[in-house]
Amino acid sequence: MIVETTHGSLTFCSIEPGSGLDSTLERPPANALGRIEASGLRGRGGAGFPTSLKWDLAIKSPGENKYVICNADEGEPGTFKDRVILSDFADLVFEGMTIGAFVIGAKRGIVYLRGEYAYLRSHLETVLRRRRAQNLLGKKIRGRDGFDFDIEIRMGAGAYVCGEETALIESLEGQRGEPRNRPPFPIDTGYLGNPTIVNNVETFAWVVCILAKGAKWFNSIGTKKSTGLKLFSVSGDCSQPGVYEFPMGITVAELLKEVGGEGAKAVQVGGAAGQCVPAAQFERTIAYEDVPTGGSVIVFGPDRDMLRVAENFLEFFADESCGQCTPCREGTPKLIEGVKMLQQGRCSMHYIHELCSLGETMQLASKCGLGQMAPNAFLSIVEHFQDEILGRIGK
Amino acid sequence: MPFSTYLAKCPDCHEATEEELLVQLDDVLADYASVPGALIPVLQITQAIFGYLPETALKKIALSLGKPYSEVAGVVGFYSFFTTVPRGKHLVRVCLGTACYVRGGKEVLAASKDLLRIEVGETSSDRMFSLDVGRCFGACGLAPVIMIDDDVHQRVRPAQLPKIFDQYRDNSATDDNGNGESD
Repeated sequence: MIVETTHGSLTFCSIEPGSGLDSTLERPPANALGRIEASGLRGRGGAGFPTSLKWDLAIKSPGENKYVICNADEGEPGTFKDRVILSDFADLVFEGMTIGAFVIGAKRGIVYLRGEYAYLRSHLETVLRRRRAQNLLGKKIRGRDGFDFDIEIRMGAGAYVCGEETALIESLEGQRGEPRNRPPFPIDTGYLGNPTIVNNVETFAWVVCILAKGAKWFNSIGTKKSTGLKLFSVSGDCSQPGVYEFPMGITVAELLKEVGGEGAKAVQVGGAAGQCVPAAQFERTIAYEDVPTGGSVIVFGPDRDMLRVAENFLEFFADESCGQCTPCREGTPKLIEGVKMLQQGRCSMHYIHELCSLGETMQLASKCGLGQMAPNAFLSIVEHFQDEILGRIGK
Repeated sequence: MPFSTYLAKCPDCHEATEEELLVQLDDVLADYASVPGALIPVLQITQAIFGYLPETALKKIALSLGKPYSEVAGVVGFYSFFTTVPRGKHLVRVCLGTACYVRGGKEVLAASKDLLRIEVGETSSDRMFSLDVGRCFGACGLAPVIMIDDDVHQRVRPAQLPKIFDQYRDNSATDDNGNGESD
């Protein structure tokens, strides 16, 4: 197992396993849902969909066999906070799933664990066995008649796109992980056609904290639209990489100071699918309403060649595109070609504009988030680092 | 039945003949016949048993799960962890995720190719190592990283690679001797 540097004390350390669940079971499910709604918690995978709204839609969706799925397919480059949560706070994740099951009325839960984290599996199975022995999972949980719920772990097989919730469900059903059209959403037609909630590892852990410490505590932190705390995975050119807990709404500059990344020329927030924030915009805030993130922060020092960075992101997407829709499948290789031309100084201004317009088409016309996000880094690098990129034209 | 149980049953899988392994596959298929979404777990177990996914095994899987062979092959081709060609004893994967890339992942890859004298996707002539690239192993704070089988090696410098690879050569040698004596 990897020893990870965690900086400062995390809220998760102070939460006693069982505490969130017990306080939930004492009252009707609607009470827990109301408290999550009051907290303002939004999906910690990065998309930021309000958790209580997702759960409420699943409650209202008719069906006997509802499912709770934990998205542990943490594949975004630069993200590793879910691995740390699963290693150190697995109880909170399973407890959050159990609370989700209680709220929406599910009997079965599945953790979809990315193939690269196979080494975590035996640890997670051990925690699950202990929770069954403690009656925190299984039949009549905590003596409550009719509340049966259990969790199984399923392994991914190396496909980034399976972090997209409908692709994840396709994969669980034994198919190629190709995203479905949405709507219908998983809350109506999810795993095996049943109403299903798919939430990120971190979201489940925060649910437990909110129920243990109160919605007020959570929504007093952060901004109005992005409440609470968030874990960040920080890497790249900084002296203190690792996992950090920061309030939502922190500025990029404040974050860089904490991680020893002052002097950076740009920061990639949100992984390959995210945005490249240049130094001139370091006062921007990390929040759903400004620069959103699933937790990935990659710092680029003054000597980094931003074209190489753009090339690396695009190669990643070309590798990971599922190939189903044309804008994504054909667009990413074209953008890579463009970056190579830029590197060799063979790209005209006219062609750069063509490439940007191709990128915008991909954002609009791709079927899923992967293709819609694929050109982001390229477009923001072209926008913010024109001097660096245009400088090579005609060389 | 959990994954590990199948592997516990066949500690010497790699020494067994293909026919013996196909019998083991029958057990797996019997357990999974009625499980929804069984195809991917079955393929994962099959790859753990055989070391790769031979065509005979895939045909057998298609027949007993009642799926067309094309569908099974389509799933195998989609996921990067599945391989239809035999691999070496150890799988070396070099991370080229962004954090590793900016921290020198490409140099680590170049050095690995030189040391193992193979290209990405190939297997060394002594069948000890296969080389592959990965896109983020979720250890970006410790970049650059490589994974050998399920082990993550952090902050790898090209100069350290010979020593790291030798550890696996040594372990393999001990394993082989151990098996040889017990046989």
